[in-house]
Amino acid sequence: MTDKLTRKPFILRNPSILVVLAVLSVFTLAVTLLSQAYGSGVIPTSTVKVLGKTLCLALAAVAMDLVWGYLGILSLGQMAFFALGGYLIGQWLMYARTEAIVAASLAGNPIPPTPAELQEGVANQIFGVVGSADLPLVWAFAHSLPIQLALVLAVPGLLALAFGWLAFRSRVNGVYLSILTQAMTLALALWLFQNDNGFRGNNGLSGLQNIPGLDEVDQATLSVWFLWASALALGLAYVLAAWVVSGKFGSVVRAIRDDETRVRFLGYPVEGFKLVVFTLAAIITAIAGALYYPQAGIINPAELMPIASIYLAVWVAIGGRGRLYGAIVGAVVVSLLSSWFTGGRAPSIHLPGYTVNWVDWWQVALGLSFVLVTLFAPKGIAGIVDRLGGILSPRRHGRDLGPDQGALQEQEARA
Amino acid sequence: MIRPLIVLVLSLLFALPAAANPALRAVIDANLDQIEKPSRRTVEPLVADLAATGPEGLALLSAWADRSLGVTEDGRLLIVRGDAATDAVTGQPVPGADPRMLRPNSGVRGVIESALVANEISSPDPARRAAALARIARDGTADHLAALRAAPPEKDPALAAQRDRATSLLAIRFDPDPASRVAAIESMAGDVGLDFRAVLNPLLATTRIAAADEPADANVARELSIGGDFPREAAVALLTGQGVLQPRLTPADQRNALAASIVDGTAGGVPVADLSDPAARDRAYEALEATGTVPPAATDAEADAAIEANRFFEIYAEPDRAVTDAARAAERGAQVRLAAMAGIDLGLDALSMASIYFLAAIGLAVTFGVMRVINMAHGEFIMMGAYTGYTVQTLIADRTLSLVVALPLAFAVTFGAGVVLYRLVIRHLARRPLETLLATFGVSIALQQLAKNIFGTQARPLTAPAWLEGAITVNDVISISSIRVAIFVLALLFLGLFLFIMKRTRLGLEVRAVTQDPGMAASMGINPDRIAMMTFGLGSGIAGIAGVAIGLFAQVTSELGQHYIVQSFMTVVVGGVGTIWGTLAGAGLIGGLSKVIEALNPANALAAQTFMILFIIIFIQFRPRGIIPQRGRAAEA
Repeated sequence: MTDKLTRKPFILRNPSILVVLAVLSVFTLAVTLLSQAYGSGVIPTSTVKVLGKTLCLALAAVAMDLVWGYLGILSLGQMAFFALGGYLIGQWLMYARTEAIVAASLAGNPIPPTPAELQEGVANQIFGVVGSADLPLVWAFAHSLPIQLALVLAVPGLLALAFGWLAFRSRVNGVYLSILTQAMTLALALWLFQNDNGFRGNNGLSGLQNIPGLDEVDQATLSVWFLWASALALGLAYVLAAWVVSGKFGSVVRAIRDDETRVRFLGYPVEGFKLVVFTLAAIITAIAGALYYPQAGIINPAELMPIASIYLAVWVAIGGRGRLYGAIVGAVVVSLLSSWFTGGRAPSIHLPGYTVNWVDWWQVALGLSFVLVTLFAPKGIAGIVDRLGGILSPRRHGRDLGPDQGALQEQEARA
Repeated sequence: MIRPLIVLVLSLLFALPAAANPALRAVIDANLDQIEKPSRRTVEPLVADLAATGPEGLALLSAWADRSLGVTEDGRLLIVRGDAATDAVTGQPVPGADPRMLRPNSGVRGVIESALVANEISSPDPARRAAALARIARDGTADHLAALRAAPPEKDPALAAQRDRATSLLAIRFDPDPASRVAAIESMAGDVGLDFRAVLNPLLATTRIAAADEPADANVARELSIGGDFPREAAVALLTGQGVLQPRLTPADQRNALAASIVDGTAGGVPVADLSDPAARDRAYEALEATGTVPPAATDAEADAAIEANRFFEIYAEPDRAVTDAARAAERGAQVRLAAMAGIDLGLDALSMASIYFLAAIGLAVTFGVMRVINMAHGEFIMMGAYTGYTVQTLIADRTLSLVVALPLAFAVTFGAGVVLYRLVIRHLARRPLETLLATFGVSIALQQLAKNIFGTQARPLTAPAWLEGAITVNDVISISSIRVAIFVLALLFLGLFLFIMKRTRLGLEVRAVTQDPGMAASMGINPDRIAMMTFGLGSGIAGIAGVAIGLFAQVTSELGQHYIVQSFMTVVVGGVGTIWGTLAGAGLIGGLSKVIEALNPANALAAQTFMILFIIIFIQFRPRGIIPQRGRAAEA
């Protein structure tokens, strides 16, 4: 109780919040001033979009770090929530836009269309590619932006809640849980790949970059608006995540990561804590997806194949898990590097007898560098910050960390 | 020497009318035009007449059918065999003849051959009898039924069985006596041959009619009630089709009719702007209907009244009730037997699927048992094995030999890769399973891209030797391809080999010791590091073998491993880690389940996989440690 009086304010206990928010603000301001819509036009619109998308990926990485770095669950299914968010917002974008187009074309008829005719026209437009002309049940709310926005939060949240409840309840953890999350995202991807479930199979949803009702706003302006929205979401989510992992709740969460059994024996409802964090992370990821895909313009089931989620884990690991800013740094650095190297703009290396073409070799380099980071720098890029700031992990020499792991566990605590 | 011959020929020539078959001569003379230029549609009675004239007529027909019949200038038909020609009517040789050969088209030849079959069925030559039976089985006619019944008893048991079957099938189709048709159907009850079902189907074909009362003279299959497989729309369509009901108005027709009748901004007295409301459109149309400017259309109420006033029946095209009843019973019996056989076929499929999963997962399970790490690069070891097989095949042309070389080589290559991976990466991440998972994932994407860089992105074929192509077929339903049988045998071999290594060798003993308690094993003088390395190599090596096996039926691409890795994980998780029997049970469950779901929903393999993964997630709720969990110190490898 006395502790409470002497505690520093929340922000001061987490100096990284101020740093991140400051960097984010400067970055957003700089991009805005250099954009084509609001400034000198040094940065082309396509680059603004890439930057905005990168912020969304960083947001997803923060959520991943919550789940993995703090809760200890290596979830290989985070991108399922990301893509779900994209699909749910995409439904409204596509429906509303198609409705406007169909209404315009039907207005030429001598007789005004009935609501049923309008809907039939929209369904024909959207589902013609998969050989269907009926509006599926899952599109029942697609006409309404508020409902779809609520669904962006509700559907991934409920999915995470149901999946987490089933998995945590039966004490599935560690590698098993990772495999299970991977199976979940694969199942969802395969389901979405089917033509007859109402999500246009492998065509996915397209034309999402055009926002209905904002036809007169050009893409250059829209891209900056989305950059602002992404930056705002990232900033808010960062503060929220930092708040969640600090304080008593955060201590319990980290304790669960380090020794779940012991926390359970101390009387904490471990499953409840895990469910809260897992669901929260899923919702944050879904928001990131809902901001990402309008900038990307197209979404299809390939986006949620397990490999995408594993890349997310890779970013967090390279950035440094257990440090929220590490997740952001990792996502930004690795995803920008990846698009630079695979974009064909990186200069090839000419070796005697062989030319290293980065489009072909980037994946190899990424895979190997990932192995090296895991082996030699388990704390990732954030480890450098820790070293500079002197925030080394507490010395725990000589302490037994678990019932059956013995002295080996000490090495892990240090790592 | 020559004189007597000439005399003989001349005498024969002059004796011609005496030895002739007058009936045949008459038919030929009457139909010479048609014989020269036959038509598929009209030739049938002529062929029947020719056949009826006796052996000479049949000989003429068979010559005609195989294009060895010629016609001379003076209208005689000659049968030309090799260089010799004989007169078709008299059977006398005709030296030095230069007939114009007849070339009937295939349709005409079909008719002729069909007529000849009846005769062929009694031929002393078994090969010709068999050919005739095959022909009857292909397209039999009512005439054949009579011929089959009249033919002398068949001695060859196989042919006799075929003939009985053909007779029964023809009797079902053509026998005029319903009782003997029923008897024929009942004699074949339980048969699942496609031909039998093809004969039954037309008997059970139905048409739907609407009538005020049950038709007395028709063979009614059942009365339909609205709903289920007979929706209201179908009833309305049926009534419209029979002219009982005027056609219903489609929304498009209504819209077009209204659009055509717009006067001064209103249609039927309703302002155009209001016509976005369906009720307003109905009002406008009724107003127009009353003035007679648009055709009347049935309203919902009229449709309801018509449906109310009529009953709906399914009527068999076949008039005889006894026959349809027997056919339906036989059909039902056939369905039951078919379902049973489809079940057996499904079981075989599931078994082969399970073998593949077993081969792909066993290495994963063993390494997990010993080291508690999941090797995400396991799928890439499978791919490596497949590419090894492909490379060997490009070097060694003989398929069998290349396979014999490829199997141990794939094992050696992936064993080496596994050992390297263990020494360089996994050893340093001991007891950090999640990090190991991610590090091996890094290896996995590097290896995949490397394979793409080396072998290109297009699929590479790994061709099975000829003796592995084809399938083992039991009947129309049950068959399994030889490759899958070979993979099943391979899986059995490796199951045996693994059991032997684990239970009967020093290495197996040490592996089991390390699995149970590494610390204790180490103090007994076992080097856990070396054991872990050996296990890892062994597991990877088997992945390589699995790769060759999978490559034989799937295309070899750099993504090959990815297709199997998740299923392999599932197999390990469902089966329970660290035990061979668990992996076997897991593979059996996953393989069987995926095949069963596929069979229930054959159109959609993707849905099958989705449901399978959902099932596994739920299964884990009840057996979190798998079917055969590893239990404490009693755990066995």
